Amino acid sequence: MRIPKNNQLTPERIELGKALFFDPRLSDTNQMSCATCHNPSLYWTDGLNKAIGKKSEQLNRATPTIVNVGHSRRLFWDGRARTLEEQASGPIKSSIEMNQDIQALIEELKAIPGYVELFNKAYPGEGITEKTIGKGLASFERTVVSAYNSPFDRWIAGDDNALSAAAKRGFKLFDGKARCSICHQGQNLTDDSFHNIGLNNGDNIGRYEFVKVNVMKGAFKTPTLREIARTAPYMHNGEYQTLEEVIEHYVKGGVNKSNLSQDMKAVKLSQQEKTDLRDFLKTLSEPSNPITVPILPN
Amino acid sequence: MMNKPFIGLLALTAVLITTNGIALVQAKDITIDQQNKTFLLNDEKVEAITVNQGDTIHFMNKDPWFHNIFSLSDLKTFDLGSYPKGVSRPVIFDKKGTVEIECAIHPNMFLEVTVK
Repeated sequence: MRIPKNNQLTPERIELGKALFFDPRLSDTNQMSCATCHNPSLYWTDGLNKAIGKKSEQLNRATPTIVNVGHSRRLFWDGRARTLEEQASGPIKSSIEMNQDIQALIEELKAIPGYVELFNKAYPGEGITEKTIGKGLASFERTVVSAYNSPFDRWIAGDDNALSAAAKRGFKLFDGKARCSICHQGQNLTDDSFHNIGLNNGDNIGRYEFVKVNVMKGAFKTPTLREIARTAPYMHNGEYQTLEEVIEHYVKGGVNKSNLSQDMKAVKLSQQEKTDLRDFLKTLSEPSNPITVPILPN
Repeated sequence: MMNKPFIGLLALTAVLITTNGIALVQAKDITIDQQNKTFLLNDEKVEAITVNQGDTIHFMNKDPWFHNIFSLSDLKTFDLGSYPKGVSRPVIFDKKGTVEIECAIHPNMFLEVTVK
């Protein structure tokens, strides 16, 4: 977990961040909170092909889950933020998302005694500022983590019965012939890196907008595969509805091969192998762990 | 604290003395490996090194996936493109100053080269 020295986790900071995360007053219309798109009931995403922003307008990217986002070194699909603290105020201020004037928000929060108290306890002497709003939100987001008790984790820990024979075969494919683990590696099954995997990006140039190196044209961040069976649709543009469609994409080695990552190669998988791979991906879901939604300060 | 070894070890440096007594340091070749998405010098993780003006660093990919080493530093801008395991690509550091180097694909990889 990446935690800045000036924002160590404390219960007070997490409590403040949780209130902010669920508070629709963080948007200009007071109708949209962080949790509108990162909905805990939907594994911290929204189940939509593409996110919905201000005035119900569709954005051009899908909402990523925030599960384990505290481990990430680059935030957003294009990696434009380096810390969760920096990332948190992005969607609040974005004119196509929550469209909130940050100074107006600060005044609004200062007028709510419950928030004045929460900020004082969390960040004594730092006041209510864009920085402390970001720090609070980041603190809460760092608590949205896997328990690492999925069937796959139990199997890795030595419980041979935790996976079906099909899922075990699927993992072998995942880590070998199907080439998935080239990018989906480590405990969170992501390399936290950027690849053009041959999607229909349209004019969405991805990471290249911020890193002018050719290989980044059409490259997007590798998402975690934790809870992948519960976080459809898939890809940064919500192009696929099912894991079967995702697997077909990789079997073909991508569909739009312009500036394709050289790590992308077509792979030959039998129908049985595709099913095995899907069965493995389903083992990355954990037992449900409902959260308590906060009563917001007044 | 970053590991900052100085590459210009006297024992490894050939010093040429010209007829008018000026010492010329012969440019060296240094290999920096990319392994486990980390820059390595002599099998040790390295985030900052110092080289002499004119030295060449060979960026050798030892990972089973592609790397794409680049720099957008004012002193030296380059993009080595994507290349696979077993391939190395050279960069000559011909100006004094500091160059920040990354892998475009794997942004956690970072190397600061100080050219003396």
